[in-house]
Amino acid sequence: MREKILKAIEKNSRIDLKELAIMLGEEEINVVNEIAAMEAEGIICGYHTLIDWEKTSIEKVSALIEVRVTPQRGQGFDTIAERIYKYPEVNSVYLISGGYDLLVSLEGKSLKEVSNFVSDKLSTLDTVLSTATHFILKKYKDHGTVLAKKYVDERLKMTP
Amino acid sequence: MRNPLSNKITTIKPSGIRKFFDIVSEMEDAISLGVGEPDFDTPWHIRDEGIYSLEKGKTFYTSNAGLKELRQEICNYYGRKQGVVYNPMTETLVTVGGSEGIDLALRCMLNPGDEVIIPTPCYVSYEPCTVMADGVPVILPLKNENQFRLTPEELEGAITEKTKILILAFPNNPTGAIMEKSDLEALVPIIEKHDLMVISDEIYSELSYKSKHVSICSLPGMKERTIVINGFSKAYAMTGWRLGYALGPELVIKQMIKLHQFAIMCAPTTSQYAAIEALKNGDDDVVEMTEAYNQRRRFLMNEFKEMNLPCFEPFGAFYVFPCIKEFGMTSEEFALKFLEEEKVAVVPGTAFGDCGEGFLRISYAYSIDDLKVAIGRLKDFVEKLRAEK
Ligand SMILES: Cc1ncc(COP(=O)(O)O)c(C=O)c1O
Repeated sequence: MREKILKAIEKNSRIDLKELAIMLGEEEINVVNEIAAMEAEGIICGYHTLIDWEKTSIEKVSALIEVRVTPQRGQGFDTIAERIYKYPEVNSVYLISGGYDLLVSLEGKSLKEVSNFVSDKLSTLDTVLSTATHFILKKYKDHGTVLAKKYVDERLKMTP
Repeated sequence: MRNPLSNKITTIKPSGIRKFFDIVSEMEDAISLGVGEPDFDTPWHIRDEGIYSLEKGKTFYTSNAGLKELRQEICNYYGRKQGVVYNPMTETLVTVGGSEGIDLALRCMLNPGDEVIIPTPCYVSYEPCTVMADGVPVILPLKNENQFRLTPEELEGAITEKTKILILAFPNNPTGAIMEKSDLEALVPIIEKHDLMVISDEIYSELSYKSKHVSICSLPGMKERTIVINGFSKAYAMTGWRLGYALGPELVIKQMIKLHQFAIMCAPTTSQYAAIEALKNGDDDVVEMTEAYNQRRRFLMNEFKEMNLPCFEPFGAFYVFPCIKEFGMTSEEFALKFLEEEKVAVVPGTAFGDCGEGFLRISYAYSIDDLKVAIGRLKDFVEKLRAEK
């Protein structure tokens, strides 16, 4: 049941739980309890909203930053990752395999704000060796949802 | 000028859906629950293989029976799902949809006057294809109280010494009914006693929500009597690719290949390459789509319960078949009025045989959000009708 609940609420965290229970063929109380348990266990970490900021009048710039660091003895990457994720403008921090170590995504009001953050805060951290900043120009798809296009039903309206 | 038409073709009625289709197509703002194909796109990796085959220049005819690799994958699939071993070289034919398979099987097995038992309500092609093959359709109305399953008594009652073929189409379009293993087992002695052949249309086999689909070909003694019709349209959301297949005893398949060779040459090459990918790597897609259908099915059943609209619980395909007899209208009157007043299109049960009178086919090949809107309108409509009474 957990997997099915997670799949459903990953797509729509606002789904009515009574309705979800019906769709899964479960008792509502069991679904509610299961979700509460997964929240307590830290499996469900939050409920976010997918926003296409492009369509608002609010200015936002997002960037992905590749960061190469020197791992610290006895602590690996955890300490530096924590240093980075504590900045509120940082959205996510991932440890990555391959050509660099950490992938940091962040949002700012303007290109300038983001580049200032990188040059003043990020690259000056002791263990940071280098950074490469990629600004996002357009989001086509995010969290499994296509932002660029609207779904049109192209089927014939009635078929046997 | 002489009459250019054959007598046979002019006796065949146009599909009962046609009339509604014309009305709905004119209504810009109508929403439809009348579609008989998946709402999902063909999974990307399958489309990608089709595109890749075009890039590589695979644009020629294949062998008449279909690509060998595809026939092998089809046999693997029936081995995996039903535990039945078919020979890809002699017992397998790739067709243009399940539709072609149905037509070929009837044309290759019927002599003039042979009777074909067609349990209804059912898909629209069996009866006209039987007539075109000089067979005589024997319509066997199934019953709501049996959840539209075929019982041994009903079968026995429809058999005459002319009966040659029984058509079994489960999971069923339009009722959503299934036949479980024990239901099928009960038919076998009768089929054997009267020496019948079975055309088993299993196009919805993957969409079975209570238990895994059991094919009658897997029952002892039945492989030799069964022509299995299946395809990619419903399970893999590939309706437009026009690809299906037939499995059966060499004696029949050989003749079907011959007819297919003359009438069609071979099924579309691009689609065949895509279908290999579907069978090899498409299991997860099928599971995911089936789960989505099942959730919608439960949602609809609950909605019907809440509005007190009687509907047996269907366990297959993507249709529900609620009963509207309480409103004192024919299915067609109900569907027309519903379309005019609430702008929702459903298919009257009678489009699938006279015994569909008093029922509607509602498709759940739609997103939950669309279903909610449409069912909300059905609820309003039903309440209005009840208040008027
Ligand atoms: C019961 C049944 N059989 C066969 C078909 C034909 O499918 P296709 O020719 O796309 O394989 C359909 C299509 O709606 C169907 O519902």
